[in-house]
Amino acid sequence: MLETWVVIVVSFAYLGLLFAIAYYADQRADAGRSVIASPYIYSLSLAVYATAWTFYGSVGRAADNGVGFLPIYIGPTLMIALWWVVMRKILRISKQNRITSLADFIASRYGKSALLGGVVTVIAVIGILPYISLQLKAVSASFTTVLQYPEIVIPAKVGAVPLLGDTALWVALILAAFTILFGTRHLDTSEHHEGMVAAIAFESVVKLVAFVAVGAWVSWGLYNGFGDIFARAAAEPELEPMLAPFGGVGGDYSSWIWLTILSMLAIMFLPRQFQVTVIENKDERHLRKAIWLFPLYMLAINIFVLPIAFGGLLHFPPGTADADVFVLTLPMSQKQELLALVVFIGGLSAATGMVIVETIALSTMVCNDLVMPVLLRMRALRLNQRSDLTGLLLAIRRGAIVLILLLGYLYFKIAGEAYALVSIGLISFAAVAQFAPVALGGIFWKGGTRRGALAGLSAGFAVWFYTLLLPAFARSEWLPIGFLEHGPFGIEVLKPLALFGVSGLDQITHAMIWSMVANIGSFVAVSLMHAPSAEEHRQASLFVDVFKRPGQGGEARFWRGSASAPDLFNLLARFVGLGPAGEAFAEYARSRGVERPEARREADADLVHFVEKQLAGVIGAASAHIMLASVVKEEALTLDEVRAMLDEASQIVVYSHRLEQKSQELERATQGLREANERLTELDRMKDEFVSTVSHELRTPLTSIRSFTEILHDNPQLPAAERERFLGIVIRETERLTRLVGQVLDVSRLESGRVEWHESLLDMREVIEDTAASTSQLFRERNVRLECNLPARVPKVRADLDRIVQVVVNLLSNAVKFIEPGRGRVEIALAEEAGFLRVDVRDNGPGVIPEHQEMIFDKFRQGGDPLTGKPQGSGLGLYISRRIVEHSGGRLWVSSPPGEGACFSFTLPLVSEAALGRAA
Amino acid sequence: MEEFDVRGQRLVALCLLGLVLFSYPVLAVFNVHATVAGIPVLYAYFFVAWGALIGLIALVIERPD
Repeated sequence: MLETWVVIVVSFAYLGLLFAIAYYADQRADAGRSVIASPYIYSLSLAVYATAWTFYGSVGRAADNGVGFLPIYIGPTLMIALWWVVMRKILRISKQNRITSLADFIASRYGKSALLGGVVTVIAVIGILPYISLQLKAVSASFTTVLQYPEIVIPAKVGAVPLLGDTALWVALILAAFTILFGTRHLDTSEHHEGMVAAIAFESVVKLVAFVAVGAWVSWGLYNGFGDIFARAAAEPELEPMLAPFGGVGGDYSSWIWLTILSMLAIMFLPRQFQVTVIENKDERHLRKAIWLFPLYMLAINIFVLPIAFGGLLHFPPGTADADVFVLTLPMSQKQELLALVVFIGGLSAATGMVIVETIALSTMVCNDLVMPVLLRMRALRLNQRSDLTGLLLAIRRGAIVLILLLGYLYFKIAGEAYALVSIGLISFAAVAQFAPVALGGIFWKGGTRRGALAGLSAGFAVWFYTLLLPAFARSEWLPIGFLEHGPFGIEVLKPLALFGVSGLDQITHAMIWSMVANIGSFVAVSLMHAPSAEEHRQASLFVDVFKRPGQGGEARFWRGSASAPDLFNLLARFVGLGPAGEAFAEYARSRGVERPEARREADADLVHFVEKQLAGVIGAASAHIMLASVVKEEALTLDEVRAMLDEASQIVVYSHRLEQKSQELERATQGLREANERLTELDRMKDEFVSTVSHELRTPLTSIRSFTEILHDNPQLPAAERERFLGIVIRETERLTRLVGQVLDVSRLESGRVEWHESLLDMREVIEDTAASTSQLFRERNVRLECNLPARVPKVRADLDRIVQVVVNLLSNAVKFIEPGRGRVEIALAEEAGFLRVDVRDNGPGVIPEHQEMIFDKFRQGGDPLTGKPQGSGLGLYISRRIVEHSGGRLWVSSPPGEGACFSFTLPLVSEAALGRAA
Repeated sequence: MEEFDVRGQRLVALCLLGLVLFSYPVLAVFNVHATVAGIPVLYAYFFVAWGALIGLIALVIERPD
């Protein structure tokens, strides 16, 4: 019955059954008829505390030192007696604040600090890795043992296996897939996993039945009752000391007490215990039964540990069997195949239950308290604008589950072989115990601050890392062993197992004493050094005084600010989906007897608070706080204001202060409006001026066209030469009109930015030569000489060819226009200077008088004396040219010393080498 | 403070009782080489005391208000 394929098929069938139970429970939950809303199911789900450690490891520990396995269960029993005081409070706080994980709880308490949540998450993930590796080790060891049937082997001695044959890796991957199916099929606004809880409760029954079955068989099948086993043990000189172990093999009383204290803290702050006890709790009243039922479960699963341990020690010659798998090897040695299979499944139950709940709890923390706060702060990702984030949240959680299990596997590979099961687990216990001071301190002491919590956690974790984790690596030869024996760099006083020369303690006791001194000391000292911020003060009072406050809307009065209801709705919908968001708002309306809040425009403080809590249920308090800030215009509360509001004494002071603030804001707004209005008036005036000038300019050519065409119309007998001359004038005026309209269009396009620029690399030498050639007719007509003064080679510039030609033509024709025919001379020169290419158009005409030198670049302004000469252009050419040059990154100006003519110059920036390379 | 109601106070007392029962010097009293009904005294003590403590907790918590 223990062939490989049978074991594998039965294992998968069992996992399938678990999934079916979870699926059924989820369906029932969706239908509103929860199967887990019972104190008995709740108590059984707490028994996820009993893992492979309990199932396999306790016997191993008992076989080693007799009583060492017991504090792990007696400690929690003592702690649970305090739950009526402590856990009831944590439950109340967590429900009111929609806490999603342990990290969320601690972060919320200390001012919704994202940093603190991240630190807690990192500590939890690193701290739990040994514990997960323990489960992988136990499952793979039990599998290896069963597969060697009928031989009895020590799993660690089976020899090296190739990666693909590595059971632990396969176990890790299968459990990851299974956990993803269990815990992250969909996103729940309250982080309830009803299916998972139902499956865990079932597993608790299976592992208890399996363990009691093998225990009963060993006690009464293999031996003749407890008395027989202990009597035989007493007769063995090697086993006899274990019957009264304290002071000898069982260690001293102090390490016993420290293990009890450690377990008292672990039962509260292991992430999976927090998950099932707090997050998955359906009803506060269930606590009442659980407080005595859960200890009873632990008692029951421990009764047979000693009989099995002694039975195994008596049965197998020393050194031929691993005590950690006695529960399997005892039935196997007697050919009890069915019993062995049941035990194997029981062990699988214990391990899978732990791994599923632990990784779900950790993945929630990683997602809500580590990854999301970072992503939300990265503006470049634009997460604020994504319409649906549920897929992203699920993907992060699934990734985290796989990662955590693979890290657990890695730890198993690195450090797992050197320790027995229980010793691996205790390292994790000591890690989560670091949460106790800030969490327990946080619900009873208002003085604890964010900085204090950060300091305490960091200090405690650092000591844990140094005194427990590093030695584990050193023992596995991943660090030089001299590090343990002589301290780092030979500094004896820093020996990780005897810090500051304190020796004679066992490793866990030593680590617990030092880490708690560091943790509590830093937490209290740093908290007392700094005053808490307003937000911390508010959260502290919400947590510590949770029983003094009305249940609903108690927090809303601490909030002021403004937000729109539709914005809030959209925000919620992005994270939970449209349907659930609608339901949440409907529920809000029902519970408060008000209209549906989407219909309102302005959201009140109560609604904002409601949405924040809903969001916190999905992404944790710290992330929810960040998200809400994106739609809510919250005014910062000062500490004094919070105190004032808490005392409810000087409300008027607060209001008048706010009124003053408001009136100042109003004043600032009015000032801004006035300035905007002035700018608008100015723009309007400029537009009117432009239109009237344009109409005036258009009328001049139109008038002459009209008068000449009237003459032609009224006098048919006009001589041919005369008619020719008049038609010539009409044509010229029409051309002028066309040019004018074209320029007006140019101006309007330039001013509104609607011009299309076709930029390319230009050789200005070619541009000037071409332009000079095309305007040569104009120069010949006026008998003006044009000289081009161009260097042999110039660097290229980047500009729009047609536009630059337009500028050069404009400057050349301007020069020709104002120059005296016959003796006129225009020179165009090109030169390179300081990153620019400079073009000069110099004439020997009358020049521009200094008063006009800026004005001529305005719209419809011309040089020369308007009284003497008739206008020769539209007055738009220079204006347009300057706009073009400026757009190309250059400058256009005129210099005209009296009596020397005028020189119009413009520059264009050279293209950098790099840009040139790209263009080529 | 509501968390420290009468029931809460009794349970805190039981927790303290448990701490005394499962630490030095009480444990030293039972750490002897003798048996009760064939079971070593220390182990018998552990399970009896543990069971009794759970019974007391159940009694306190399930007692009607």
